[in-house]
Amino acid sequence: MKLNERSLAFYATCDAPVDNAGFLHKKGGRHAAYHRRWFVLRGNMLFYFEEPASREPVGVIILEGCTVELVEAAEEFAFAVRFAGARARTYVLAAESQAAMERWVKALSRASFDYLRLVVRELEQQLAAVRAGACPPPPPWYGQEIRALRAQWLSSRAQP
Amino acid sequence: MRYNEKELQALSRQPAELAAELGMRGPKKGSVVKRRLVKLVVNFLFYFRTDEAEPVGALLLERCRVAREEPSGFSISFIEDPERKYYFECCSEEQCQEWTEALRRASYEFMRRSLIFYRKEIQKMTGKDPLEQFGISEEARFQLSSLKA
Repeated sequence: MKLNERSLAFYATCDAPVDNAGFLHKKGGRHAAYHRRWFVLRGNMLFYFEEPASREPVGVIILEGCTVELVEAAEEFAFAVRFAGARARTYVLAAESQAAMERWVKALSRASFDYLRLVVRELEQQLAAVRAGACPPPPPWYGQEIRALRAQWLSSRAQP
Repeated sequence: MRYNEKELQALSRQPAELAAELGMRGPKKGSVVKRRLVKLVVNFLFYFRTDEAEPVGALLLERCRVAREEPSGFSISFIEDPERKYYFECCSEEQCQEWTEALRRASYEFMRRSLIFYRKEIQKMTGKDPLEQFGISEEARFQLSSLKA
């Protein structure tokens, strides 16, 4: 399949917001060794470079449709990016600390376009509801006025 | 660049935002128009030969520019090389409008900017952060400061 790889490479290295970045160890294949690579998450694309200063990624993992889970592995702080399907590949990655692993698992499990679209649609509806004149927030002095009235009422009721 | 082609193929079989048979012409000089089944899925535009199940190719739609091309078509190019255009021919003005609008909204970066905009507006009007319910209010990618002019 053809893919606009040049544009992909530019997207990998442009100054759009990076969603996470750091060193991860990537298992080459089923029986292969781990390679330390510089990973950059941008949107639903997980790019990996030889090192932070590299001008082009070695590769990219398109994350749409994946699940992320912790795994038992020889490496510490390992997790897996899994895809559904008969011959689908599982990417085993290992972070360099517990905190880094948790950050990656969280970031990757929410990286899909589908998820983002869901959140945007939800906010779109919320904004429409607010604009349609649902209750505006009460002004700050509201509480004080009510308290004063209530105190007045209580004291009037206390009269024999 | 290596990429997980099997997953991209699987993605091309997912339900599409928009799909239609359009005329398509590649960016190379001397390209001819070919009929292609064009399918928009998340931030990818897939194109198939009309009788085949696997796509001929895919375009990632980040940092792209969608422009109207007369008479009733549009083009997609990318920021780093604006003269290199993929051309598409529609059968009507309405179809062209439908596609250009959908394609302009079809990038992750556009979604991110929309989210930040809605968040800001809702916060302004209600004093509350709507992302708290999703547990993602602290994520760097949704911070107001990450919006660049």
